[in-house]
Amino acid sequence: MSESQLAAADTTPDGRPLGGTLMEMKNITLRFGGVVAIKDISFDIREGEIRAIIGPNGAGKSSMLNVINGFYHPQEGEIWYRGARRKAMKPYQIAKLGIARTFQNIALFKGMSTLDNIMTGRFTHMNASLFSQILWHGKAAREENENREKVERIIDFLEIQSIRKTPVGRLPYGLQKRVELGRALVAEPSLLLLDEPMAGMNVEEKEDMSRFILDVNEEFGTTIALIEHDMGVVMDISDRVVVLDYGRKIGDGTPDEVRGNQAVIDAYLGVPHDD
Amino acid sequence: MSPEFLYTIEVIINGLMTGVMYALVALGFVLIFKSSGIFNYAQGVMALFAAMTLVGFQTGQIPFSHLINAVLGTSVHHFGWHIPSFVAILMTLLVMIAFAWLVERYVLSHLVNQEPIILFMATIGLAYFMEGFGDLMWGADIKKLDVGIPSGGSLWIEDLTIKWAAEGTTFYGWYIDKLDITAAIVAIILVITLTLFSQYTATGRALRAVADDHQAALSVGISLRAIWVIVWSIAGAVALVAGIMWGAKSGVQFSLSLIALKALPVLMLGGFTSIPGAIVGGLIIGVGEKLFEYSIGPMIGGATENWFAYVLALVFLVFRPQGLFGDRIIERV
Ligand SMILES: Nc1ncnc2c1ncn2[C@@H]1O[C@H](COP(=O)(O)OP(=O)(O)O)[C@@H](O)[C@H]1O
Ligand SMILES: [Mg+2]
Repeated sequence: MSESQLAAADTTPDGRPLGGTLMEMKNITLRFGGVVAIKDISFDIREGEIRAIIGPNGAGKSSMLNVINGFYHPQEGEIWYRGARRKAMKPYQIAKLGIARTFQNIALFKGMSTLDNIMTGRFTHMNASLFSQILWHGKAAREENENREKVERIIDFLEIQSIRKTPVGRLPYGLQKRVELGRALVAEPSLLLLDEPMAGMNVEEKEDMSRFILDVNEEFGTTIALIEHDMGVVMDISDRVVVLDYGRKIGDGTPDEVRGNQAVIDAYLGVPHDD
Repeated sequence: MSPEFLYTIEVIINGLMTGVMYALVALGFVLIFKSSGIFNYAQGVMALFAAMTLVGFQTGQIPFSHLINAVLGTSVHHFGWHIPSFVAILMTLLVMIAFAWLVERYVLSHLVNQEPIILFMATIGLAYFMEGFGDLMWGADIKKLDVGIPSGGSLWIEDLTIKWAAEGTTFYGWYIDKLDITAAIVAIILVITLTLFSQYTATGRALRAVADDHQAALSVGISLRAIWVIVWSIAGAVALVAGIMWGAKSGVQFSLSLIALKALPVLMLGGFTSIPGAIVGGLIIGVGEKLFEYSIGPMIGGATENWFAYVLALVFLVFRPQGLFGDRIIERV
């Protein structure tokens, strides 16, 4: 605890003070049969920062996000969240703790409209009983209206008013990514996990998405952990970067520190990739 | 209008009403299949069980009386009271919800991530278990179900339509059973309610979300297990409605569970994942089999209603394997 208090005095590269530790992964090891996807990795996520996770394909980045949101359960290690050790939990329980996410391969509800997709993001904030929902009365009706307002605000923020009623399966890829971000954002998460939010986008779409991520971080103060391949983007928007390679951590620090780290250069930056 | 024409219309109307009943049973299948990928073989038995339980409650039957008598040497059978239909229906609904919870807790939760065929077999086991359990609880005798739904031909419709025939022809008016009319109205209300529920409530959206993508649903905080209990409860309620209508029509007995067999061609036609498909499929089969029996039946010895639906569905399968509204199945390579 005292360590994180001390560290809280640190600042981000652009001079903003870094908050206390929100999440701490301690000596995480995750195996799939013989494959070791994550090997004894420790790192922390500080309140209010944008934390990037980078590394070549198969490095274990997605697996790490899946550990954080409970899809995968590590065989070894501890996960600390808000100063307490988190016991093994189901993903839906972890969502209730305020951790929202997007997926590397978009996981939207394809048959539902943009509006309905984003509405599902409010699920953890809905407490009305099933009975009250069936009667569409009292608490349920009030909650529907309140949540609807929050959803509309996110829709405005992401500039997707024109596709509110469109089934998301029909939207182009870039917009689907944006809707998925909206669904995660509307939960008002304390920690937002983004798995390759800009993969497969053109330059313009990437710029839009970068701007949204920065705005979310600045306006809502949301802590973000994101995986990204585009080094330019990572260097631009992240406060601190952790670098993985073959399931191990090979670097951790500010973008500048990471850029200068020889192991990182060898393992990742030196390797040409065609994304 | 010629009597010929009027009779044809009558056949179509009766077909539509039978179709509504088929659609109702098919709906129960679709709800469960969409949300959990399980083909619930027990849907028909659930309707039978619900109807038996309803009659048992209504007539004040003592559950497991055969068992009690065999063990204790007593000869109890009824409490000697009668419970009003409405209360008995609510009580049966609670039983179906409890059943849904038990199925999730003791069967489905142990089979998460199993192959669909394993889940299918589990529901076959469930069907036989429920059938036996129902017999043990309420007895295997044929029961009369009467919840006060009017039955018999509607005189009003008969009187009205008799005047439509052309002067000098013989026409006795349309025979439309009041029970069928009631069943159609109830089914329509049920479908509208379910649609509104799934469109405009948080839980309804969660149901659709789970049907669409399990991982994404989990990531927004939806518990799959809670949703499965709800889905099975709704399927139980649908089974109850089907059991009441079918039971009132032809008595509560084992053959009631075979209405599930009528749902199969409906599902082949409408697709396993589409609620509109189940409804339209049910109507097409209802009308199709009645019209076929009316027009072609007499030439080939009748009783075509037993097999017509399957032939229609098979012919259809050849041309559109994913059903009317089902998602096109594209093999990933
Ligand atoms: N569900 C899984 N089952 C088996 N192996 C997996 C699973 N998920 C990830 N892996 C393996 O873990 C390693 C890391 O994968 P991943 O975390 O997806 O990498 P990244 O996101 O960095 O590209 C890979 O070798 C991958 O094959
Ligand atoms: Mg990945």
